[in-house]
Amino acid sequence: MSDRQIFGGEHEHTVSVLVYNKPGVLRKIAGLFSRRGFNISSITVGDGKDPGLSRLTIVVTGDDKVIEQIQKQLYKVVEVVKVSPIDPKHRVEREMALVKVRLDGGEKIELLQLVEIFRGKIIDVSNEGVIVEITGATSKVEAFIKLLASSHKIVEIARTGKVAMNRWESSYNEEGS
Amino acid sequence: MLFEALLHEKVDTIFGIPGGAIINVYDELCDYQDRIRFFLFRHEQGATHAADGYARSTGKPGVVLVTSGPGATNTVTAIATAYMDSVPLVVITGQVPTSMIGTDAFQEADVTGITMPITKHNHLVTSIEELPRVIKEAFHLATTGRPGPVLIDLPKDVQIAEGEFNYPNDIDIPSYRPTTRGHPKQIKKAMELLKNSKKPLVIVGGGANLSGTMDLVNAFIDKFGIPVVHTLMGHGVNPRDERLYFGGIGMHGTVYGNYAVTHSDLLIALGVRFSDRILGNPKKFAPGARIVHVDIDPAEIGKNVRVDVPIVGDLKSVLKEFLNFDFETDFSEWVKELQGVKERFPLGYRKGKYIKPQYVVEKASELFPDDTIVVADVGQNQMWVAQFYRFKHPRSFLCSGGLGTMGFALPAGIGAKIGNPNREVLVIAGDGGFQMNIQELMTINRYKLPVKVIILDNNALGMVRQWQQLFFKCRYSATLLDDNPDFAGIAKVVGINARRVEKPEEVDAALEELANSKSPMLLHVLVDPRENVLPMVPSGGNLAEPLTDAPLDSGIVEKIRGGSDE
Repeated sequence: MSDRQIFGGEHEHTVSVLVYNKPGVLRKIAGLFSRRGFNISSITVGDGKDPGLSRLTIVVTGDDKVIEQIQKQLYKVVEVVKVSPIDPKHRVEREMALVKVRLDGGEKIELLQLVEIFRGKIIDVSNEGVIVEITGATSKVEAFIKLLASSHKIVEIARTGKVAMNRWESSYNEEGS
Repeated sequence: MLFEALLHEKVDTIFGIPGGAIINVYDELCDYQDRIRFFLFRHEQGATHAADGYARSTGKPGVVLVTSGPGATNTVTAIATAYMDSVPLVVITGQVPTSMIGTDAFQEADVTGITMPITKHNHLVTSIEELPRVIKEAFHLATTGRPGPVLIDLPKDVQIAEGEFNYPNDIDIPSYRPTTRGHPKQIKKAMELLKNSKKPLVIVGGGANLSGTMDLVNAFIDKFGIPVVHTLMGHGVNPRDERLYFGGIGMHGTVYGNYAVTHSDLLIALGVRFSDRILGNPKKFAPGARIVHVDIDPAEIGKNVRVDVPIVGDLKSVLKEFLNFDFETDFSEWVKELQGVKERFPLGYRKGKYIKPQYVVEKASELFPDDTIVVADVGQNQMWVAQFYRFKHPRSFLCSGGLGTMGFALPAGIGAKIGNPNREVLVIAGDGGFQMNIQELMTINRYKLPVKVIILDNNALGMVRQWQQLFFKCRYSATLLDDNPDFAGIAKVVGINARRVEKPEEVDAALEELANSKSPMLLHVLVDPRENVLPMVPSGGNLAEPLTDAPLDSGIVEKIRGGSDE
């Protein structure tokens, strides 16, 4: 269940966690990570399929031993129903970002092209600038932001963090995305 | 409604202190006096340690009832103590009314937030309707699987609210179903390893006490003739064949116990969590051994050491499976080897002009009945008890193992006595830790509980002083207590019979009086302040290389007792 390698034995891993939607649950999980010295890169929360249950997608960095501990420790939280590692080779992942860009003069065409290439959307326009919505794998979002920053003035960025899901057993896929 | 629920859980004993945000519950307590015994303590930490001592010694969950804010935060150290040693507690704390939560009201504290990392589970009750289920769940969670403390935060408006009382008979928490049966394949694999092993060793941990399976552990050892060692919390293992017993392991384990671990080819760890105090240097721990690790908590397996055969399950069921196997074993060569080491490096100490703390413990072990519950504090006193008191029954040695909470012994001893009125309870504490919950002497006197207390007074925070002597060039930074009070005098003022013992020749008679006393009694024993706990494997060191001797630093005698040495 190891993701792309960062360095040495450390990898980035994605786990999906189903929890009862009760007060304080998120705090328990966040607290568990800091107390055990686990490193969260991103965490997202939202409703899942079943009413009363929330689904968290957590991206963590660590070696295989740490990841095993994370799963075991998560299961010890009474409100945690299921912990599923997300298989890096057989999953879909998405993240969304809103990017507020200042437009002073003639870079508009360039911006529109970039948004088009990345299949983003302009969702707010004014004399001062625009807000762009971009959705995709984390790597795509990051590439878009990097390119945009090299030619435009970014005022604000809001990212959702990653949500992910294992693919159907039988589904065809090329590496990742 | 709370007490009705507690009665359904067969609770007959509660520990605590009242206060404004729990006053309604305490008022209701008046109507239940005939069915529930309540014990008032002088500090909430004391009450919670007492519930802990009650739980450790009886196996029943300890119940604590305190108020909001400071009442609740005072329980924190004791809850953390119970959490580290997996002790079942149900702590009920008052809380300000729901409408005032978050307003920084008088005596408000975010208790569920504060105790989150030190409880197995906690819950802020928001309506009277959910109360019965919450109580049922709390007891279920505290006592099943790997036990632990559960906290229920009860706002004042919920205490006052009325509702229909429907107590659930069964509980099912889909997200909480501990594995109890070990995997048959792994069990078979473990026994295959045992069959082919030449130097197997059983390590018994606190789990054997908590799960009440020490008799099965003994039976397992005897059936296959396997040598046995134990962790601090695994005291009480007692095979019929005494020659198989090789004492404690770890930082202050016996030389032969640690030798056994180092030279074994198969460790069978039963309810052990392989803490740093047991491992020393994890890279050099048991270099030639395969490890079979049985534990109810999957998170413990593989956490601190690599494991060859993980068995997640209840010790009781796993040991029964082990005992179903039949094959011939002969480990007599290995036992002989270990006996040889034991003869060469026995536990010991040198006699001298001062009272030796080790002697006091050894003598007490001789004079008190076999089933005495000994409650040690933390530090040198704890290690001397662990080394020189021979425990033959499970749940007879209580101490704060994981958290190392000084001040634990006196209140926990009171709780143990409350839970075991027919067994002797002997508290052995150092002078430093004793002063951390000394107020509970009043509780002993209030209920006339015949708890026996020995204070091993070396005028120092001794374990830290020992480290300073060995590793910090004898710079005794803030460890010498040259201004200790007359503990016997304090006990007498409180109303407890007490004696001060200063000379080696007075020890035997004083201990006999203590053992025979029908009422509470305290011995204030002035012991050799230079004495160190040995053997010692320095923190992170190799178990195979213990420190077996260290000079006594005579300079400190003058510093703390005024007189000159020898």
